[in-house]
Amino acid sequence: MYINIKLKSVSTNWLCGAVAMAISVTVVPMAIAGPYDFGSTPTAEEIAAIDIDVMPDGRGLPSGSGGHAAGKEVYAAKCMACHGADFAGVAGTGGAALLGGRGSLDSGKPKKTVESYWPYASTVFDYVKRAMPFNAPGSLSDDEIYSVVAYLLGEANIIDKTATLDAKSLPEVEMPNQDGFISDPRPDVFNYD
Amino acid sequence: MSSTDKEYEQKMQSTIQGMIDAEQKALRKRRRQSEEAEACECKDGMFPSSRSDETDLTTRRKFLAGAAAVGASAMTSSAARAAVPAGSIDYPVQDDPTKVQGRLTSDDDGYGSRSQFEDAIRTRFPTATRESSWTMTPLDDSSGIITPSGLHFERHHGGIPNINPATHSLILHGMVNGAKKYSMEDLKRFPSVSRFHFIECSGNGLTEWRQPTLKTVQGTHGLTSTSEWTGVPLSTLLREVGVQDGAAWILAEGADAAVMTRSVPLDKAWDDAMVVYAQNGEALRPEQGYPLRLLLPGFEGNTHIKWLRRLEISDKPFMTREETSKYTDLLQGGKARQFSFTMEAKSVITFPSGEMKLPGSGFYEVSGLAWSGRGRVKRVEVSADGGNTWQLAELQNPVMPVCHTRFRFPWQWDGKPAVLQSRCQDETGYVQPTIKELVQARGLDGGKYGSIYHLNGIQSWAVAANGEVSNVHQY
Repeated sequence: MYINIKLKSVSTNWLCGAVAMAISVTVVPMAIAGPYDFGSTPTAEEIAAIDIDVMPDGRGLPSGSGGHAAGKEVYAAKCMACHGADFAGVAGTGGAALLGGRGSLDSGKPKKTVESYWPYASTVFDYVKRAMPFNAPGSLSDDEIYSVVAYLLGEANIIDKTATLDAKSLPEVEMPNQDGFISDPRPDVFNYD
Repeated sequence: MSSTDKEYEQKMQSTIQGMIDAEQKALRKRRRQSEEAEACECKDGMFPSSRSDETDLTTRRKFLAGAAAVGASAMTSSAARAAVPAGSIDYPVQDDPTKVQGRLTSDDDGYGSRSQFEDAIRTRFPTATRESSWTMTPLDDSSGIITPSGLHFERHHGGIPNINPATHSLILHGMVNGAKKYSMEDLKRFPSVSRFHFIECSGNGLTEWRQPTLKTVQGTHGLTSTSEWTGVPLSTLLREVGVQDGAAWILAEGADAAVMTRSVPLDKAWDDAMVVYAQNGEALRPEQGYPLRLLLPGFEGNTHIKWLRRLEISDKPFMTREETSKYTDLLQGGKARQFSFTMEAKSVITFPSGEMKLPGSGFYEVSGLAWSGRGRVKRVEVSADGGNTWQLAELQNPVMPVCHTRFRFPWQWDGKPAVLQSRCQDETGYVQPTIKELVQARGLDGGKYGSIYHLNGIQSWAVAANGEVSNVHQY
């Protein structure tokens, strides 16, 4: 940003005394680095209303709990239409396969599911809470989400079908593909000249 | 073959076939429109014509004539709009425009539309739902480096929200000294920057790993677009809230039905990230995140969170669905690359390209686009003999970092079969690899169609003796 200041008919000039003259000065302004202090401080309620994320270590998990039996009911009512009674996804709905495929990742025909590919139980909770069910995203209660996650992971034999998931137990779940991810080493083709 | 194998084969086959069908449908439509443009000597006329849709064509011509006869009163009706390409209005065409006055100034109510004779449109991949889907930019019809805002490719995970900017806000919180909430008006008070950058979906070319699959450059490369973006450097906002020691990641979150999220390294946020509210001189298009999106120059498109509502600063990545189960690159051996953000150097010839037909031997200006997520394009070479010999192409100035760069190459076609290729080098020295080299590095165990994401290999277009151009693999 530049400020262009034109001074006309400056009557006093320290070099030329009384000679009136026009000068043009382009001033590069000092950087204004802030703080600008725009905006407002959000209330705790405003942040809480949208701070829905859940991290692998359990940060962000809400209170509440749920188990396999309740989750089965939630699944039947809210999930099965697209994800199927067999958890394989219903063609044409966009519902992904949720279970199966364990051990398929290096087969050349990988089947990426919650069971075979997802590295953290927190990711399942987080995604169901923010975006599922597809026709009514964000509509499940926290207990319903704990339940349906317990149901899925129980059906996948990742946790016991008698287990209850809550803010303490969910981060302790070990997913089969937890160590399946590596960092990005690219460039991986070296044609430099 | 096991039942799992069969299931897999069927699923992949039907997915790919759906993509092919969708492209064919778009091509048929385009051929019809090309036929209707009488005596066209332009590049549009280089699309091969199809005579198989005569009935449909006749019906459509009658419809067009009818719409024209009704005249001005029908101009804004949906029927009249449907008769001409999207984004245009069906205005009467004068026999001799020098002998009658043209249409009235401001008859468009103050916002212009393109000519009804221009028909380039985005085409949608046939995903199961239209809420989670994507469209591709018609690069074969592109000129220069800017993508018109209405033709910018799209990728939505939960439809396109319609957001009132007066009620939209961005909240920064987490490991900060003081959380902040900004209205759109607040954000527009900050010192602004405008930069030209491409955005490319990491899935661009996902059908092309193993074999040439889609026919047009729109199908093979249409998930990249360039705009001028205006907004606030994210570093400005980070200084406002004061980032605490130990912070390393930012969660960016959208206000769409997917509440789309990605974790972004804090370094990127300090470096060149922006929160942008304008595109090509006007407010963002709704499909591009109106009223606010994140812009992460050179990072894969899905990280440029649209309809941005929240930035949470943290010490660790959040491991959301989009950065674990999606947008990770499964490799040979079963491990997957995660946080593979950078879009590596890539180029493609847009003219001539798949499904065009050259009318005969002689001069052609070969033209295309090159880009790199690591900086400026330094050099583009063109080969007309399938990569045996290469010659430098001319780059359009200015060459900007992390931006589409137009290249042009004069070519005298001798009428014999040829294979046209382009390869670029960016300012880091990295040279665009062949598809074969990428497959060697990553394997095809990500699935029958490869690792899916981050295919930046050299594209080959075969020109047959009869002038027909087609998508081929040649190393």
